[in-house]
Amino acid sequence: MAHLAMATGFLLILIGFYGALTNRNILRMIVAFTVADSGVNLVIVAIGYMRGRTAPILDATVPVATAAARIIDPVPQALVLTAIVIGVGVTALMLAYAYKLYEKKHSLDIGQFTELKW
Amino acid sequence: MIKRFIALVLLLTIGAIFAVLLLGYEPDAELNTTARYYADHTAQDIGSANIVTAIVVTYRGLDTLGEVTVLFLAAAIVGLVLSQGRQAAATRRGLTPVGELLTTGSRFLAPLIMLLGVYIFVNGHLTPGGGFQGGAVIASGMLLLLLADPLKHFSHGLISTLESLSGLLYVAIGLLGLFLAGGFLDNRFLPTGELGALASAGAIPLIYSLIGLKVGAEFSSMLASLTETEEL
Repeated sequence: MAHLAMATGFLLILIGFYGALTNRNILRMIVAFTVADSGVNLVIVAIGYMRGRTAPILDATVPVATAAARIIDPVPQALVLTAIVIGVGVTALMLAYAYKLYEKKHSLDIGQFTELKW
Repeated sequence: MIKRFIALVLLLTIGAIFAVLLLGYEPDAELNTTARYYADHTAQDIGSANIVTAIVVTYRGLDTLGEVTVLFLAAAIVGLVLSQGRQAAATRRGLTPVGELLTTGSRFLAPLIMLLGVYIFVNGHLTPGGGFQGGAVIASGMLLLLLADPLKHFSHGLISTLESLSGLLYVAIGLLGLFLAGGFLDNRFLPTGELGALASAGAIPLIYSLIGLKVGAEFSSMLASLTETEEL
């Protein structure tokens, strides 16, 4: 199960990189980056997964005394919570810059932007 | 052609690295030392039923403050970058009507979505949820309102006041922890209460509610900035 989730995550990262490297349209590149972002999150969550265990929330069925043997690793989940939020911020920034670039050249084709080309 | 070939070689290399990682991966049978510490000590130290929340808000509280700051910076830069297009927003004309379903539906659903967002961040220490999730839900309610009426104007002053006020209170609560309890962002200057009760885990519900308001305001201001510059 952990292997399946991790393989899906790696596959999503590769799909995202492929999209970002081969697409000419800036919006498509941004979408590709968010796909890769989801893949990274999936891989990190999959690392914390342990077979037959439950979510790291203490209640009547997961008492404190046996918690260490009953719950999955909470640290990757806390990391991914951070990563998702930062991902949203980065995506919004990319969209804002894409808008600015469109305003300048009236095109979203990355080939039109040659200022930093060598 | 050559570019596509280079991209393919690069992807194959990364894919090979991933394959090695995947094949060599063995899931842990036991929690590692850090996770075990959190599992054993969260209930008595922090009093939060949700261990992830205890990590995010208290154990690694300073990181979360930094994270909220990064989000604030992103929202501020989006507003700054897009601010030149603002005056054009008033001149847009002739939008096709959005339809009865969306208009009526958004009026009915938007308050309920906001309420759900508040519920999620107030219960962050008990259930899977918290400030970031609740804030995102609140912003999705704002998005629904914007979809129903793209010309709707949200008060940027109100949003930024709410945002900076909750940020300020967040830091103030952190400082209270420094003076009244063990350290910066320590939640134990309020009683930790009974595990699983709504009024438990010290200052965590307070802090997470403030984070929820702040994140909701930040996402909403990003959405408002992005829609107001649409279709110049």
